[in-house]
Amino acid sequence: MTRFASTELDERNRRVEWLFRTLFLMMTLILIVPVALILGVLIYKGSPVISWEFLTTIPRDGMTAGGIMPAFVGTIWIVTVALIASVPVGIASAIYLSEYAPDNWLTRVINLAIINLAGVPSIVHALFGLGAFVTFAGFGTSILAASLTLAVMTLPVVIVSTRESLQAVPYAFREACWNMGATRWQTIRRIVLPNSVSGILTGVILEVSRTAGETAPIMFTGAAFFLPFLPQSVFDQTMAMSLHLFVISTQVPGVDEALPYGVALVLIGMVLAMNATSIGFRVYLRGKKKW
Amino acid sequence: MPADMSADARARGARHLDLDHRGRDWYVDRAVSVLVFGGGISAILFIIGIFVFITREGVGFIFSTMDVREFFGSQAWRPTSERNPTYGILALMAGTASVTGLAMLVSVPFSLGAAIFISEFATGKLRETLKVLVEMLAAIPSVVWGFIGLSIMNPLIIDIFDVPVGLNALNAGIILGLMAAPIMTTIAEDALKAVPDTYREAAEAMGATRWQVIFKVVIPASKNGLMAAILLGVGRGFGETMAVLMASGHSINIPTSPFDSVRALTATIAAELGDTAVGSDHYQVLFTLGILLFAVTFVINLTADLVVRGVRRG
Repeated sequence: MTRFASTELDERNRRVEWLFRTLFLMMTLILIVPVALILGVLIYKGSPVISWEFLTTIPRDGMTAGGIMPAFVGTIWIVTVALIASVPVGIASAIYLSEYAPDNWLTRVINLAIINLAGVPSIVHALFGLGAFVTFAGFGTSILAASLTLAVMTLPVVIVSTRESLQAVPYAFREACWNMGATRWQTIRRIVLPNSVSGILTGVILEVSRTAGETAPIMFTGAAFFLPFLPQSVFDQTMAMSLHLFVISTQVPGVDEALPYGVALVLIGMVLAMNATSIGFRVYLRGKKKW
Repeated sequence: MPADMSADARARGARHLDLDHRGRDWYVDRAVSVLVFGGGISAILFIIGIFVFITREGVGFIFSTMDVREFFGSQAWRPTSERNPTYGILALMAGTASVTGLAMLVSVPFSLGAAIFISEFATGKLRETLKVLVEMLAAIPSVVWGFIGLSIMNPLIIDIFDVPVGLNALNAGIILGLMAAPIMTTIAEDALKAVPDTYREAAEAMGATRWQVIFKVVIPASKNGLMAAILLGVGRGFGETMAVLMASGHSINIPTSPFDSVRALTATIAAELGDTAVGSDHYQVLFTLGILLFAVTFVINLTADLVVRGVRRG
């Protein structure tokens, strides 16, 4: 392959391009590196605290020492109930938008509503949960009220990711099925859903990680500062990891300095592990894709 | 056996000829489409629900106690005063504005830069890695960000800038900037990716260098999408609660420098709602702040949507 000799202009252009490439790479790294350092500090300061005992005992001495067991269990309760409430609605909504919705004003309004639901501040969701579930529906401050609040808030996550994986199923698959005389629902159940179930699962895992980390929406709807026992039903209050971190790092004096680091590390570990699972799953699926 | 088959086929054929036949499958199909439609409009119902319920709790204040001039014009937020409670949110709005503004100064240039790098320069493995990292950044919960502001940024700011308090507008602004950046990067990168490759090829065929292609072709072609990314980032910063509550210092103040402690609208609701009696003026005014927040984010999201729609039409 012959090359043209570089002119001075070529050289200059190459230098400028290198300069811009480096500049933009720096900008990207400036977003990522500090966070990596911060995570490093969290791990460094938090990991000595974490032990089997930390995970399995209740807080002691006015929450200045001890473990996080009730908060951990409480978060699992809240996330589970929120999933039970939001996943069916979210999937139904995604099926409607992907398989049924015509391109009209109603669909546009629905899409706008989804964007807004995702964009409304979390504290406004908290106010909604307080007004609608705690007071109006009469659930009181309970796991049920907190979970329903979170379910409404994270609904867009399920809808958007499910819709994407439904739409990734080629249209020809549906046409082939309709041509065999199948109804719309038969096509969805036998062809579309089986081919997108793993994509939907990725979205659900993502929602779990969102739900587990939220604080503001559960502060006034069901999460308690301190409860030395575990919830027995969805009508009980509970502690939660996220609120526990807030409480011991701002509201309680004299907390052992390393303790909040440990809580933060467990919380962020939970969330990032689930996110990594979701991302890894997606990459794996993309590799396996047959069409 | 052939006779059986043809009889079977005849029976099936007959059923198909009966065009009005509505079997179980037909009814199931109908039922599902109604059910799924219900799920489809749920998002609308919830948005209306949010509006109705926060208005129901907050409207009493608007019509009975609120003095519009005091509400927006006074910086005296003393809702718990025994004798003369005042509800002026000027300082709270200034707090929210200063923190969001600083956050945008941090996040807009860097996330647009990162989006350009990921979309236009990075390839293959590097690109996938960066995208995954950005996605992971977006997953860090806001209460953890708040804790980072409290425990890591706070002493850092005191050391570096030699100021007495590290919980201030700057701290919250940086934290919020880092929080908003992944979302802005992702949306901006989508917008850049949406520019057809034929545009880039055409420009390169004319002899344009890579950065000329980016600045003269790709960015102008995607400017609506980039604008929407910035708007949604602003919305995120504006509505963030826990991180701002923990990192901003939470003192009522119209800031004159980034090192002043401030208090945001969202943080005020989070900090005070637990101590109010249901139905009291204080309780109602916090819901009124909720209405304000809802309205502003609604407008931001609507604008972003219209801006993006503009890109599709043009």
